[in-house]
Amino acid sequence: MKRYFGRKVLIYILTFFLAVTIDWLIPRFMPGNPIRTMLSRAQLHAGAYEAIYNYYAGLFGLDLPIWQQYLNFWKALFHGDLGTSVLLFPQPVTKVIMNAVPYDVFLLLPSILLSWLAGNWFGAFAARSKWLDNTISPLGYILTATPYMWLGILLAWTFGIVLGILPISGAYSYALRPHLSWVFLGSLLQHWFLPFASLFLVGFGGWAIGMRNMIIYELEADYSHYLEALGAPRRLVRQYAFRNAMLPQLTGLALQLGVIVSGALATEIVFSYPGIGYLILGAIQNKDYFLIQGCFLFIIIAVLLANFAIDIVYVLVDPRTRTGMLGEAA
Amino acid sequence: MTDLKKRSEILYFALRNNKLRIGLAVVLFFLVLTFVGPLLTDYGPYEYVGPASQPPSSEYWFGTTTFGQDVFTQFVLGLKATFLVGIVGGGLGTLIGVLVGFSAGYRGGVIDEVLNMLTNIVLVIPTLAILLIIAAYLTVRGILAESVFIGFTAWPWAARAIRAQTFSLRSRDFVDLARLSGMKPWKIIFTEIAPNMMSYLLLVFILQFGGAILTAATLDFIGLGPTNAVSLGLMMNNAVLWGALILGMWWWFVPPGAAIMAIVGALYVTNVGLDEVFNPKLREM
Amino acid sequence: MSLQVENLRVYYQTLRGDVKALDGATFSIADREIMGLAGESGCGKSTLGNGLILLTPPMRFVEGRVTIDDEELPIWDMERMDGFRFRKISIIPQYAMNAMNPTRKIGKMTSELLESRNVDSRATLPELERRLDLVELTRDVLNMYPIELSGGMKQRMVMVISTLLNPSLLIADEITSALDVSTQKAVADMLVEFRDREFVKSMMVITHDISILYQIADSILIMYAGQLAEKASTEVIIHSPRHPYTKLLISALPKVGVKYAERRLAGIPGNPPLLLDPPVGCRFRERCPVAFDRCLQEPQFIEVEKDHFVACWKEFERDA
Repeated sequence: MKRYFGRKVLIYILTFFLAVTIDWLIPRFMPGNPIRTMLSRAQLHAGAYEAIYNYYAGLFGLDLPIWQQYLNFWKALFHGDLGTSVLLFPQPVTKVIMNAVPYDVFLLLPSILLSWLAGNWFGAFAARSKWLDNTISPLGYILTATPYMWLGILLAWTFGIVLGILPISGAYSYALRPHLSWVFLGSLLQHWFLPFASLFLVGFGGWAIGMRNMIIYELEADYSHYLEALGAPRRLVRQYAFRNAMLPQLTGLALQLGVIVSGALATEIVFSYPGIGYLILGAIQNKDYFLIQGCFLFIIIAVLLANFAIDIVYVLVDPRTRTGMLGEAA
Repeated sequence: MTDLKKRSEILYFALRNNKLRIGLAVVLFFLVLTFVGPLLTDYGPYEYVGPASQPPSSEYWFGTTTFGQDVFTQFVLGLKATFLVGIVGGGLGTLIGVLVGFSAGYRGGVIDEVLNMLTNIVLVIPTLAILLIIAAYLTVRGILAESVFIGFTAWPWAARAIRAQTFSLRSRDFVDLARLSGMKPWKIIFTEIAPNMMSYLLLVFILQFGGAILTAATLDFIGLGPTNAVSLGLMMNNAVLWGALILGMWWWFVPPGAAIMAIVGALYVTNVGLDEVFNPKLREM
Repeated sequence: MSLQVENLRVYYQTLRGDVKALDGATFSIADREIMGLAGESGCGKSTLGNGLILLTPPMRFVEGRVTIDDEELPIWDMERMDGFRFRKISIIPQYAMNAMNPTRKIGKMTSELLESRNVDSRATLPELERRLDLVELTRDVLNMYPIELSGGMKQRMVMVISTLLNPSLLIADEITSALDVSTQKAVADMLVEFRDREFVKSMMVITHDISILYQIADSILIMYAGQLAEKASTEVIIHSPRHPYTKLLISALPKVGVKYAERRLAGIPGNPPLLLDPPVGCRFRERCPVAFDRCLQEPQFIEVEKDHFVACWKEFERDA
């Protein structure tokens, strides 16, 4: 067990290093001088330009040897300093990201968890009868084949424009400022619903299909037949199959995180929802490399942590990993 | 004799499987449209052809954009991009997946450990970051570049699936028999294992195909897609960018997404049908 | 009478038609009797064993009547059979090593199974523990996962679970096939002990290994190509069989002390017929050394001596 975890942690650390290095490379690999490119977009008068350029040159030590720049980056990282954004000058990148994170958590956490739980439940339900299977399965396939952004656009158009009952941009009404009140909360929820729905629906389809397939596989297993031969009620057989089928679905969740991230990005763009995805879009369009760098770093860390959490949960939940530590079926 | 019987038996089931028939029919329909479509229109995709923001009519089947461009032309050309990305991106992803997954599964040991680590790392890295760098460098990008990129980042899933399948095949009796009889490893791979993997590889490829299309759509939508070609994702990007939502110009953003949904959905359904054909246990009685 | 089977036919549904895997079986198993069921692969013994307790597609019930302890056993009715399963009739399956849920502790799984069958698991615990002792499993296994047990241990665990409610009939399907010889003997002896201690009333031991049956069975039923060939006490089957197939089967067994140079091991040339379209008349006709024209008619399974049943025209002629 220790060896298993030791190896896992090693992989995570390696991945972290590699990913952070790639992240650090982003401004440096851009053609031309990143700072100059960056600053040419911010309309500054001559004197300010000089001062800011020197500041950045010094800060990022562009005159220093590469390896020293790399080390400085790590140092700054551990101080929580990710540089200064150009798009939202002069706010530090860290602050900009932190402003966006709550919206992402608010959007992603419920949609990921609920779509996973609901999708798994429906998928298992579909395996109960042929009729159910023939109705739920096609729905699942259609949903999971739907591009995130298209569903978002459709929902926005239907509910926002045609029916006009839900807003389609922003996290809260532009007329309000964030404060603690029912009105604000209501506005928040209103603006949250459509982006949440589009993320939820696509995810739901995928999980339902996956679970249905896993359940059928489990219902065909030897232990299911044994229970049936001993006259156990369908309820018990289904319960065992469900619990066993959840395990690969848990692993699947970890694998899907990358897809979910890009889906969230697209959805935020459609709804102008001020999460990190929306931030990245603005950063890309305005070539704010430091903001891009910071955003991706944040995403990398979040994904790694989520993966690690799922790994731990899996080991706790599947007894086969604890005792045998089998690498693969021999 | 039994090999021939097996092949004709598979054909028998293939022709009768509903999911396979419907799925393939839909994909074929769009494929045909890709070739026939451009012949049905005289316009270029970005050519100004008429009054802007027109709903579908007998003259402009899919209406026009806010710049007076013909949406139908953009649509059929976008379909071409979609299929290209699917085949090249999906094919490349499957190829790399096979190389990595099979080597890991067949050799095991240290090779397996190293390849596993590689797979995990590629899985976790946000590929968007790398794409950004590439996008900044190549100011002119084609569909091929995008496909190659997708292929190089989508393989981990295929590698894992193929590795698992290789494991289960490797431990089967007929492989042990071949090994015992002194067959060279290469011969074992090609004559004993490969035929059994073929059907599985086909299934993996179809899923990669669909996945590549979806990924490309997202990339195009964000603006990281090809710069010199029309694509369905780009259409949606433009539509949203130029206010098609607000103006209610559904003919601009509904068809591209619907086409993607239809093609990818059909691919998934075909996959299920093929699985039933190859796996006797799943067949309906 | 513990078990009575009359003219049982169970076919396998395939796209090419029905495979007549079990085509007319009539026999009975007495109280306290351990009956061995032997034959080649594909002779229908597994179909018979599994069909009696879990007749699911692709198996299809065609006709026949089964009674257990004078009560009709509705093997074609999934729901009504639940009333009999585990209590009246039970099975140690061929896949016993994989029969337990890998993600559930064995004790928990057993108690959940019992509760779902309306049996008080806490009250049954002492008896369960006694039986574990009997099969030489420590009581700790109840706290373990199946993966922590060896193949033989899992087999014995399944033996205990399957017989926990003292069924009238226990079907043991190829339970020694995957074991080494010494474990085979241990398991076979345990079966007999279960019967002697009245944990089960009667047993049907399905195997292709006649030597095991010689050790523990009271009687042996030989099957061929979906039909019954011969049934008699173990002594008679081994030492004075009457059906040509049985004779060839017994003589094909290697005997200790006899060298290959002295006496060649006789096989039975040919292959059993495909049951999609079985041959007319006696199904052993094509491989039988003493077949004659009467054999084109299907022989009935007749009692030629007390408790000795044969389906062979040659033998009927002898007695006539």
